[in-house]
Amino acid sequence: MAKKLDKVDVVIVGSGWAGGTAAAELSKKGYDVVCLERGKDHSTKDFIGAKDELKYSRRREMFQDLSTETLTIRNELDEVATPHRSNETNSINGTDTGGSGVHWNGQIYRWLPTDFEIRSKTIEKYGEDIIPEEMNLQDWGITYEEIEPYYDKFEETIGVSGEQDPLRPKMSRPFPNPPMKETPTMALFKKATEEMGYHPYHMASANMSQQYENPDGETINACAYCAFCEQYGCDFGAKADPILTVLSTARKHDNFELRNHAYVVRILHENGRATGVRYVDTQTGLEYEQPADLVVVGGYTFTNNRLLLLSKIGKPYDPVANTGVIGRNLTTHFANLTHLRVRGFFDDKKFNRYAGAGALGTTMDDFNIEQLDHTELDFLHGFLVRSTQLGSRPINNNFVPDGTPTWGQEFKEKSLFYTNRNLDIQIQNGVLGYRNNYLDLDPTYKDVFGDPLLRVTAKIHDQDRNIVRYAHQRAKEILEKMGADHINVPEITDELEFDDTSLGDHTCGGVIMGDNPEISAVNNYSQLWDMENVFVLGASSFPHNSSSNPTNTVGALAYRASEGMIEYLEGDGGLLIEPKEKSKN
Amino acid sequence: MANDNNINKQNDEGVDPTRRKFLKNTGIALGGVAGGSLLGGLLVSQSGNKNDSGVKESESQDDYSEARMFFTRFEDFVVLEQATERIYPEDDNGPGAIGLGVPYFIDKQLAGKWGVNAKDYRQGPFKDSNPTANTSSLTRGDIFIIGLRKMNEVSQKKFNETFNKLEAEQQDEILTDFSNGDVKMKGIDSNHFFDLLLSTTLEGAYSDPMYGGNRNMEGWKMKEYPGSVASYTDMIEEKEFVKMDPISLTNYQQKS
Repeated sequence: MAKKLDKVDVVIVGSGWAGGTAAAELSKKGYDVVCLERGKDHSTKDFIGAKDELKYSRRREMFQDLSTETLTIRNELDEVATPHRSNETNSINGTDTGGSGVHWNGQIYRWLPTDFEIRSKTIEKYGEDIIPEEMNLQDWGITYEEIEPYYDKFEETIGVSGEQDPLRPKMSRPFPNPPMKETPTMALFKKATEEMGYHPYHMASANMSQQYENPDGETINACAYCAFCEQYGCDFGAKADPILTVLSTARKHDNFELRNHAYVVRILHENGRATGVRYVDTQTGLEYEQPADLVVVGGYTFTNNRLLLLSKIGKPYDPVANTGVIGRNLTTHFANLTHLRVRGFFDDKKFNRYAGAGALGTTMDDFNIEQLDHTELDFLHGFLVRSTQLGSRPINNNFVPDGTPTWGQEFKEKSLFYTNRNLDIQIQNGVLGYRNNYLDLDPTYKDVFGDPLLRVTAKIHDQDRNIVRYAHQRAKEILEKMGADHINVPEITDELEFDDTSLGDHTCGGVIMGDNPEISAVNNYSQLWDMENVFVLGASSFPHNSSSNPTNTVGALAYRASEGMIEYLEGDGGLLIEPKEKSKN
Repeated sequence: MANDNNINKQNDEGVDPTRRKFLKNTGIALGGVAGGSLLGGLLVSQSGNKNDSGVKESESQDDYSEARMFFTRFEDFVVLEQATERIYPEDDNGPGAIGLGVPYFIDKQLAGKWGVNAKDYRQGPFKDSNPTANTSSLTRGDIFIIGLRKMNEVSQKKFNETFNKLEAEQQDEILTDFSNGDVKMKGIDSNHFFDLLLSTTLEGAYSDPMYGGNRNMEGWKMKEYPGSVASYTDMIEEKEFVKMDPISLTNYQQKS
């Protein structure tokens, strides 16, 4: 029997960028807020001296302990799914205070105006026939103009260092910090792409180009370019993360409490309203009920979907009938496709590859959805192109030109020679929702508490393969222009399929946003259509995955949602937006 | 003597105490099912080691962190040594896997939480086709034992000799069979065992030396990798390659 605790105004599940941002905004307003985090507490103290590639990059120290809970994966509706067993295959999501926001790179992009109205704009430009039959292409129920102020707000909170993308809409004001330094590899990419007529610019970064104090009074230090960002907590407090920013702001208020080791197992509800959550203290095994007026679900995509399905909130998605919403439109930047790299090897050039920062790079938008004419192409959406200098660490940096043996004498010789003589170009494309790519509860496998695991059903489509093949050719042309002597272009066969290496760190969907409750789970305040005092935040609300990184959009929508929560708590309740029944998917 | 458990204590007669103690503690000296050949093999091996390493012991410091934690059988460990050395051989660039301490690195890894898949989801049923190191019902420790013994089995069949005694070319031939997935194994495909062996070898060559590999940071020196450097702010824009002496976590982390 769960012990019932005193009621609070708001209970938040998850302390990453989504939950943490809501925690700061609601705490500032004076509400009693409890934030429940399943993982342990940690901070800069734990990250000092953590330059350990084996522990963090190979053994994935900061990622979820899969012995307690994981996902299952399958391709076909009639197939038995198998568990994703190890973080070594690919690391799916973070845990602990600050969530994945602690061990991210800090690469910042706004999404494009077309993204938010993708269905309408695609039909307007090309006609409805260009949309494949099995694709669930949907508008988001929000426009770029509506979301822009929230992008601005999140960018100020995290101290973005960067410059205006020449091909994207003009920002209402410049980023709060100037761009990061430029390395010779970035200059080389810039020179080559400019000569090819493209529009390269400094990638915007949540690593600080200088020490910065954000509007909440939180300080983030200047980046030391020490090359340990992705999969690491920052040694110097120089990468914006939820601990240094939004959670620090929330913690300055006595009405806020962050409770660690609190594993939420159910959202409790009666008569169509949430009454709180039930959680397990994983250090004692005891169960608690935390009553609240408002429940904010701000975990990672997988947590949000699973918690709603386990709690029987919202109508589960049915891929056969294409009805229902929870679990709909799972998308990811496929780790075994979208995130493959085209790599150039330089026989006569040597670069300081060991130095870098998570968001240090040059990028360009000449092939984004708005720049491309899809009439003659065999795919929708578009892609970004970038050359980064994240800092190459020695266990993972053993690249050799195609045709070289992968072990033995020649491998050793060449992998040593090319350690500081290789550069990759990354492309990242938009990934669109398909009818049979979705999430539900697994009928076979259970977590440590005996609850069903979340099941991923997904396939890779021709759309996905075609856009990457096209993009890789563009990347190859750039590397040729940069003077690479050998170029590895990954082979993408028609057989390349979704498997346990596919899910990327940018996984979206399942509790998606829109203006029509028949095909969306939340409105543009992230408020559940089916339960007005539940707000579901994070990339789970994205109806598709754009070509750029998702965190800026997660943060922006969390600010908008927080505004909605305050309006909801101050007002008489009810839905903040009336649903439109007629809009098509 | 009966209560003396210090096996390193020299006795007055100057008899090798290790040998005497071994006999006494295991009780094998009394004879029985263990059999003479096993016992004989161990004793020969021990005295042989002593003779071989006599020079080393007197002239250089022992590395007390180099003993087998995980591998109980010496014969498995020598296969591991030879296999990792073929994957990452000594050459003009510098030491190979053995010289870098890679086999002891792998032994230590398998003795810890990674070797028993402590952070992995381990509930069945397990996938029955094409298991990798990450989907197999075997732990990583199991996989190494099964894989190394399989290498010896293939070696005996093909060349009538254990793997560690083969010529380099013969060892490469067997490793190639494994990497191509041509060897039938239980619980994991041979190419996936090879993938694990390869990735773990590179981890041992290039991880921080505190883990037992990358001895004296020789792996990093070959790679011109500076290790744990606090800041590159002053040189990140540098156009020429900047070579630095590496720094390990031993010298980077805070100490009292």
